[in-house]
Amino acid sequence: MTAPGEKAHPEEAKLLQLLDADGRRVPDPELERWVEDVSTDQLGALYEDMAIARRIDVEATALQRQGELGLWPPLLGQEASQIGSARALREDDFVFSSYRENGVAYCRGVGFEDILRVWRGNSGSGWDPYSINMATPQIIIGAQTLHATGYALGCQQDGVDSAAIAYFGDGATSEGDVNEAMVFAASFQAPVIFFCQNNQWAISEPVGLQARRPIAGRAPGFGIPSLRVDGNDVLAVLAATRIALDRARSGGGPTFIEAVTYRVGPHTTSDDPTRYEDSNQREDWVRRDPLARVEAHLAAAGFFSDGFRDGVKAKADDAAARLRAGCHSLKDPEPMTVFEHVYSSPHPALERQRARYTQYLATIEGGNR
Amino acid sequence: MSTLTLSKAINSGLRRAMDDDPKVVLLGEDIGKLGGVFRVTDGLQKDFGAHRVIDTPLAEAGIIGTAVGLAYRGYRPVCEIQFDGFIYPGFDQIVSQVAKLHYRTRGAVKMPITIRVPFGGGIGAVEHHSESPEAYFAHTAGLRVISCSNPQDAHLMIRQAIACDDPVLFFEPKRRYWTKADVDESLALDSFPMGSARIAAAGTDATLVAYGPLVQTALDAATAAADEGISLEVIDLRSLSPIDFDTVEASVRRTGRLVVTHEAQQSFGIGAEIAASITERCFYHLEAAPERVTGFDVPYPPAKLEEHYLPDLDRILDAVDRVMGRPNSLSGQGL
Ligand SMILES: Cc1ncc(C[n+]2csc(CCOP(=O)(O)OP(=O)(O)O)c2C)c(N)n1
Ligand SMILES: [Mg+2]
Repeated sequence: MTAPGEKAHPEEAKLLQLLDADGRRVPDPELERWVEDVSTDQLGALYEDMAIARRIDVEATALQRQGELGLWPPLLGQEASQIGSARALREDDFVFSSYRENGVAYCRGVGFEDILRVWRGNSGSGWDPYSINMATPQIIIGAQTLHATGYALGCQQDGVDSAAIAYFGDGATSEGDVNEAMVFAASFQAPVIFFCQNNQWAISEPVGLQARRPIAGRAPGFGIPSLRVDGNDVLAVLAATRIALDRARSGGGPTFIEAVTYRVGPHTTSDDPTRYEDSNQREDWVRRDPLARVEAHLAAAGFFSDGFRDGVKAKADDAAARLRAGCHSLKDPEPMTVFEHVYSSPHPALERQRARYTQYLATIEGGNR
Repeated sequence: MSTLTLSKAINSGLRRAMDDDPKVVLLGEDIGKLGGVFRVTDGLQKDFGAHRVIDTPLAEAGIIGTAVGLAYRGYRPVCEIQFDGFIYPGFDQIVSQVAKLHYRTRGAVKMPITIRVPFGGGIGAVEHHSESPEAYFAHTAGLRVISCSNPQDAHLMIRQAIACDDPVLFFEPKRRYWTKADVDESLALDSFPMGSARIAAAGTDATLVAYGPLVQTALDAATAAADEGISLEVIDLRSLSPIDFDTVEASVRRTGRLVVTHEAQQSFGIGAEIAASITERCFYHLEAAPERVTGFDVPYPPAKLEEHYLPDLDRILDAVDRVMGRPNSLSGQGL
């Protein structure tokens, strides 16, 4: 039943694409001018980034299986969304991500051992956020969207043209925080990008449970322009993110990007997708693989030589080796660090607990008990 | 009688409650096909349908807030919060709405909502997955707060919680989900009152109060203490609001010594409440100041440090030595 004046099926937001699943260029004059400068060489570099991100991810999954990490959230299948967007950023932009954006962290220049610190259970944060302008990844679903908005407001007040980008999932769009972030960003025209990777799942829940209509369709209701992009097309993602950044830097306020992609792996290494996922659906998406299409495109351009392929493989293997070495280099934290950094200056109740526990450990080690 | 894990015992309790009352509906993230990340609701959606076992959108305020509406309409919602650390987006609805509606409406509106929360640490998890937020809720008037420690209690207590006309926070000791024991599913719902504590081990020298995941640790401590000739009485509180002070007091009057243990941080916690209340009730029966063995006043630490946060057998025994006046880690330290 439709009410008068209401369309039963308003047109779905158009899916932006520059490289189709077979690696053919899709003409889109509006979009492609944003990546005019991207040479075949540079597309090769984006491919290399994706290959390295995938290799890091596979290695980390293996490290988890081998008992070196407590948990790992694979990004398999989402390489184009992460690399395309992260490579559009400037160093002085600031990233607020979820737990899955390890490809983004790689682009920000994170140290390999720092990627694993949290997942090995060594630390609450892998890196100093200011060292790579990327916040400590967020596990509380959606909370980081508000942080990105606030950071962007700070940039706006400081009169600089840096922007903030929030990465979150399709599931996150149901949380109040994400909706509040969009209200704040729109009200104050904050230079922030809401980058939603719609990987079709929130653990076992399909995206249809969070959104009856394409997620990108939600932002305009908040007064935020929105783009819906093929999240497995690195070039289109790069273009879309550049559009959003240009708007943010020039005082045009926030943009929402829905990158339509697929979580090919489990939610985390603890998850068992066979309980809820239809394997045909996964196969469908694997055919739209983000790396394969660039490979096909580069091959057609005569660029995907054996030399290039071997070079990429060598770099990816090297990254994996450094990741593994970084993992093993992480020393277990010292026991008494449990009391550190709770406050910026001493807190008497905590100091008393610290003193007593120090004494306790000394007694235990002294063998009194 | 069947042998069940604690997780399965809750599952069978939920099943029974849903069989008994068509107004019981389950709400939560991933509780349907997946059966919840701990499989507590495994198979329930298949058997009762998606209208009674509802996979909700990913929003805790949404889960609790819609449960309030369902309760207004005469339903008995059972909400699952996926992990302790994810309850806070729903905190406002719990504290400002769920807890207060009966009071505000002078009893006209009942809020028979059960909120299930897997809680506590010891499983090597990443942050926000190991917390013990029970004191926030025990501190809130209008909420009942209970925590099970073993499969038999878990089975009956989840049913009691659902049958209760007040809102109940039901804290499930996640590191004990896989503990197995015999469960008699035919026991009457009122085999014990919902707010009552249980003497888990009888003893004479000191009273050791625990709940949830640490009851097993306390029992282990009692066994170890017995080797040294100390007889510990272990009380499993089961209910944190209200606390069955009569049972605790009666025990302390016999033993003269009190040790309380919980994973949650120490300051302003359940242990503080018990120490204060017991001191008020039987000060002259105390032979020593009550001791608390708890998590420290720090955010829950990363997995590799959790052994230095969680109370364990040795820390409990050290506190027992203290109340017994035996040599201990603080002897002569003035700390
Ligand atoms: C506030 C909160 N509630 C629940 C969870 C448990 N949880 C972790 S990831 C997840 C699904 C997230 O889905 P989505 O936003 O689509 O991101 P994706 O994992 O697919 O990248 C859930 C429910 C959480 N981390 N935080
Ligand atoms: Mg998702």
